[in-house]
Amino acid sequence: MSKVVVVTSGKGGVGKTTSTAAIGAALAQSGEKVVVVDFDVGLRNLDLVMGAERRVVFDLINVIQGDAKLHQALIRDKRIETLSILPASQTRDKDALTSDGVAKVIAELREKFDWILCDSPAGIERGPAMAMHHADIAIVVTNPEVSSVRDSDRIIGLLDSKTERAQRGERVEKHLLITRYDPVRAARGDMLKVEDVLDILSIPLLGIIPESQEVLKASNVGVPVTLNNPETAPARAYQDAVRRLRGEKLEMSIPQERRSLVERLFGRRVA
Amino acid sequence: MQIRVRGRSFMAFVVTPEAPLALWLEALRAQSARAPGFFAGRPVIVDCSLLKADTPGVATLLNELETLGLGVIDVENAADIPGADPWKRPLTGGRPGGLVEIKPSEAAKVEPPPSAPGLIVEDNVRSGQSILFPKGDVTVLGSVSSGAEVLAGGSIHIYGALRGRALAGAQGFAKARIFCRKLEAELVSIDGFYQTAEDMDAALRGAAAHIWLEAGRIMIAAQR
Repeated sequence: MSKVVVVTSGKGGVGKTTSTAAIGAALAQSGEKVVVVDFDVGLRNLDLVMGAERRVVFDLINVIQGDAKLHQALIRDKRIETLSILPASQTRDKDALTSDGVAKVIAELREKFDWILCDSPAGIERGPAMAMHHADIAIVVTNPEVSSVRDSDRIIGLLDSKTERAQRGERVEKHLLITRYDPVRAARGDMLKVEDVLDILSIPLLGIIPESQEVLKASNVGVPVTLNNPETAPARAYQDAVRRLRGEKLEMSIPQERRSLVERLFGRRVA
Repeated sequence: MQIRVRGRSFMAFVVTPEAPLALWLEALRAQSARAPGFFAGRPVIVDCSLLKADTPGVATLLNELETLGLGVIDVENAADIPGADPWKRPLTGGRPGGLVEIKPSEAAKVEPPPSAPGLIVEDNVRSGQSILFPKGDVTVLGSVSSGAEVLAGGSIHIYGALRGRALAGAQGFAKARIFCRKLEAELVSIDGFYQTAEDMDAALRGAAAHIWLEAGRIMIAAQR
């Protein structure tokens, strides 16, 4: 049974695209057939983060409008055989996402892949609504910060009322992914605590991704952080999140950067 | 047979419509919406001294007032107002009183909402969601998020945290109350009187709270 997962947040800049790429790559590495779909029509980014920007010929809107077949628009990842990307159009706007067209594409993707990861645009308008509509599972990406948490709360409300599952009287399975978590600032009380975020949103926690330069580095070179350097703290956090997404029970921990003895002795003072 | 006649005095309200009548009626509608029941059971005298026979809408004015629930008992200064005749009665000798303020609190006459089974919300009320239940009490088993609101004709019971807005007694029921397990509200309101987070006692934040209205003031007490 294939699963449609929407990666969403309400607020922009919290890490939806980074997380879609990292989770998609980690899932595909475990042998699952995965496609990551960019729903951010007009502001596409997923192709860059995945390093596929120079291979885009057709896109989601071409497929919806019947200008191209799905297999023509799908780009197969060069590093992992079971990973594909369906890019968004950069030149159209979100009105080009018709309900029927999206439904047809999702149905076709369900036949080919085990996991369909939809990277939602920010906001609560047509784009995000289309990205979440067919979801079986939602990964709600949140920064430990009040505005992000409130926007995520709004999105959870929409997941419970506007999606196809909600309209059938079923529930979308929801998971919380906390990104850009900084243990030092959290200890100082500069950031919302994980417990507070969980208390407000009250959905199960999928993972906590620590704030890290590695995330920026990886996206600059167009490689999902889980592939770029699998030993880094954010990569390990995403790998744990993926194992939980696949149903494993793992204890929650926030991976830390591994430091050498020298770094441990001197690193903190320099920073 | 001797017929006995007893006296009983009422205070009649005098309204003085003015042109443009459409605006005047709109203002009246808005005021009576804020204070439902204000005109209920009150005799009303319409003073037409500011109107002329050709003021637009004058012919239908009296009917409009009746449909708004005003019990018109007399029309004054209406010699040349068309259609006013059926309402004219030669009332004399009234003592002029002062201005009567239409205060929302005068709505206290409104019946408490029927104790029909209240609305029970099993989940959290998420940011952006709005629960409207003018007929009675609302019980929320989860939390009410920041940016969410619950509006009830009766009382509001929240078993989780109240982080958004709760508006109880929204149709003019001053005895409505709000209860929550954790008070972090943005705004609470009972019968139109409200208090924002800024005006709440900081010591009450996070406490289980009981909120009610006393002489037009929102009262909040922490519950153990």
